[in-house]
Amino acid sequence: MSSITPQEIKEEFLKSKIGIVGITILVILITTSIIAVITIPVETFQEWNNPANWISYPKVAIPIWVNLFMVEKIPEHRIFENPNIQTNSENEIFSSSHKFGMNFDYEFFPNDFIYVFSSEYSESVLMQIKVIRPDGIKLDLLSTSLPFSNTRTIHSERIFSTDESIKKNLLLQSEKFDFNLEKLSVEDIVFSQTKTNQPLKGNYIFSIDTFSVGTDIVNHESKLIIGGKAFGVMGTDELRRDLAIGLLWGTPLALFIGLVVSIASVIMGLLYGVYAGFKGKKTDEVMMRFNDVIYALPALPFLIILSVTISNSIFVLVGFLMIFGWVGIAKVARSMSLQIKTRGYVDAANMMGQKNSKIVLKHILPQLLPYAFASIAISVPAAITTEAGLSFLGLGDPSFPTWGHILHDANTFGAAARGLWWWIIPPGVMIAITGLAFVFIGNALDSIVNPKLKR
Amino acid sequence: MGVKRYVATRAATMFGVLMITLLITISLVGSNMDTILKQGIVFQVRSEITENPSIAESFSSVDEFEGFIQNQIDQRTKILGLDEPWYSPQRIGLTMYKILFLDFGHATFLTSDSGSSDVKDIIFEKLPRTILLFTTATIIISVIGIFLGALSASKVGSVIDRITSSFAIISSSFPVWWIGMLMIFLFAFTYQIFPARATPDIPSSEPGYIVSLLYHMALPLITIVMIGFGSWAYLVRNFMVGIIQEDFIMAKRTIGIKQKKIIYSHALKNAAPPIVTILALSLSGSLGGAIITEAVFDWPGMGRLYFEAITVMDLPVIIGATYILTVFFLVSIFIADLLYGYFDPRVRTG
Repeated sequence: MSSITPQEIKEEFLKSKIGIVGITILVILITTSIIAVITIPVETFQEWNNPANWISYPKVAIPIWVNLFMVEKIPEHRIFENPNIQTNSENEIFSSSHKFGMNFDYEFFPNDFIYVFSSEYSESVLMQIKVIRPDGIKLDLLSTSLPFSNTRTIHSERIFSTDESIKKNLLLQSEKFDFNLEKLSVEDIVFSQTKTNQPLKGNYIFSIDTFSVGTDIVNHESKLIIGGKAFGVMGTDELRRDLAIGLLWGTPLALFIGLVVSIASVIMGLLYGVYAGFKGKKTDEVMMRFNDVIYALPALPFLIILSVTISNSIFVLVGFLMIFGWVGIAKVARSMSLQIKTRGYVDAANMMGQKNSKIVLKHILPQLLPYAFASIAISVPAAITTEAGLSFLGLGDPSFPTWGHILHDANTFGAAARGLWWWIIPPGVMIAITGLAFVFIGNALDSIVNPKLKR
Repeated sequence: MGVKRYVATRAATMFGVLMITLLITISLVGSNMDTILKQGIVFQVRSEITENPSIAESFSSVDEFEGFIQNQIDQRTKILGLDEPWYSPQRIGLTMYKILFLDFGHATFLTSDSGSSDVKDIIFEKLPRTILLFTTATIIISVIGIFLGALSASKVGSVIDRITSSFAIISSSFPVWWIGMLMIFLFAFTYQIFPARATPDIPSSEPGYIVSLLYHMALPLITIVMIGFGSWAYLVRNFMVGIIQEDFIMAKRTIGIKQKKIIYSHALKNAAPPIVTILALSLSGSLGGAIITEAVFDWPGMGRLYFEAITVMDLPVIIGATYILTVFFLVSIFIADLLYGYFDPRVRTG
């Protein structure tokens, strides 16, 4: 083994194409992680398993960009949060009107629509929901009174398009349509052409008017959801969760697991191996037998038992992965240090009476550093895939869902059978890309450290 | 160090590892196991008394009755030796002794296909299937890998060499089980060629069982081979490249022996020791990796058994399966060691 200076390694590395590709991917992944951590607060991410947090989102929605390739556009799931508000007060009558304008440009009817609101008022309030369609027809959907209250109160409600009174109101206006409305659902009527039951494209205005006598109304929330089958950059899953958030947050988690496990195991392995090799004789024998024992333990069954019986926290799991990670490196480090030990300068340092610890740290370890970097890079993918595998079996940390966890959910809800490709492909691709980045870097380093492979 | 001494030290290490594995497994699951067994006894005593109303009627007061029940429970606990904690030396010794001779006791929830709840029966029913799938896969992988590796080693830098190397690198970073999910998605649902569940749907007694089993095995087999052969080819290539640079190969070339003969008979023979070792190791390694793969494909082997046992916390099965997996793993490491020592005498004497 010839000694290579860090400068040479850097130069050689910049020459290798796959090394550059690996570094590029890694930089992109790190950027993604930083963006994820900054833009999506951990609190949001920890709500991953809380269904209430995702209630406004659609079930198993396809990513919206799919529409770019489709001739017949799939309706997007849209959430309108900022209505156009007008308030009036005339002769003790307070009225406010919330208008949501939307452009509907799809070949299919939306799934449903939901109006979510929360208002502060006292006594009684009348609420009217109307829609003005692109063809100018105005449909009255609902007029209802909010619950009476003597004191000032906050009332929150979700009005669903499946509400029976909406259907009744529409049936009263059936003369506007040329076909029988009896068996159609509300959204199929509201968004339909008048001649045939086909979706009508154009601008719709939903207006929600509230009237009250004597008191004013303060709206805390007013949100219109038009339910569709496409949502977000990565779609949603069965539990309405936005997969983009899960995938984004998976990046820092995977990098954390991979890097911490591999760096720690390489350091442990190096120190262990070098010490054993340097000491030699009985110490070496005993330490290598112990190494053999750990080496012969079947890793995956043990990881499973450990995570079931002790804890499935992500931090504890990182520790478990380290237990099985350092063994191979220790073996190689030992044989390398056996070679270096015989060199003249180590003998010289020994004769000069330098402390053992100093010889190991100053003269032997630096020689092994290039190898150490290569093995760090090479052992990252194994750590990531092992963690993903454990999570896939449902043994991962539920409070920090990783890519493996998303795939576990996909498998439980039968995503493959139902053709939900956007639930299966992206997490796996992310695992593979992250692994590839490190394999590339590792290979580039490896061919510098072991020049024999290059030829 | 002589051959005998070499074999003896290896064997001793392996036996030590086996014992340590057992000890760790027992200490990890021991306390849970005790609680479950004790609950089982209480349940058993209570149900016996409810089935037999005359026992309850023969007592005059409630206290006396409760005392009788407690007495019964204590007696049975003592018979089973559960009055001592699981970490007492006698109990651990007894448990390990039993396990060593494959007496794993009875499963709490799981049963074999034939209905037996004896852990030994369950395991020996599942084990052949796992061996069938993964041994077949490993053999196919190694054959493809050796030839592809030798081919690319003979033409270093050629198109085929580059394709093999990049395929190896790329395929090794995909998790097998994820490719499995994609394969199920593609070939079981989108194009309905193979069944989605790998469990054969007819009982093992029927004549068509073997055919059905093989048909159901196809998809997992293809997946495992697809992901596995690349890295094999890459390994073989790297060994071969090292050997081809040696002087004796150069000498053979100068004598005028054909390139093909040099590669496939002389160089490959010299690359045999590491290749055989890796073969032995990957055979056993595949058994451990089987847990996730079998869970994806629903292949009724050891891996899925292990997964099911973990899900319902069926401890006797977990201990039994861990033991068997460890034994297989150790035996193959042992064989690999011996083979390596046989092929490469430097290991024995060094």
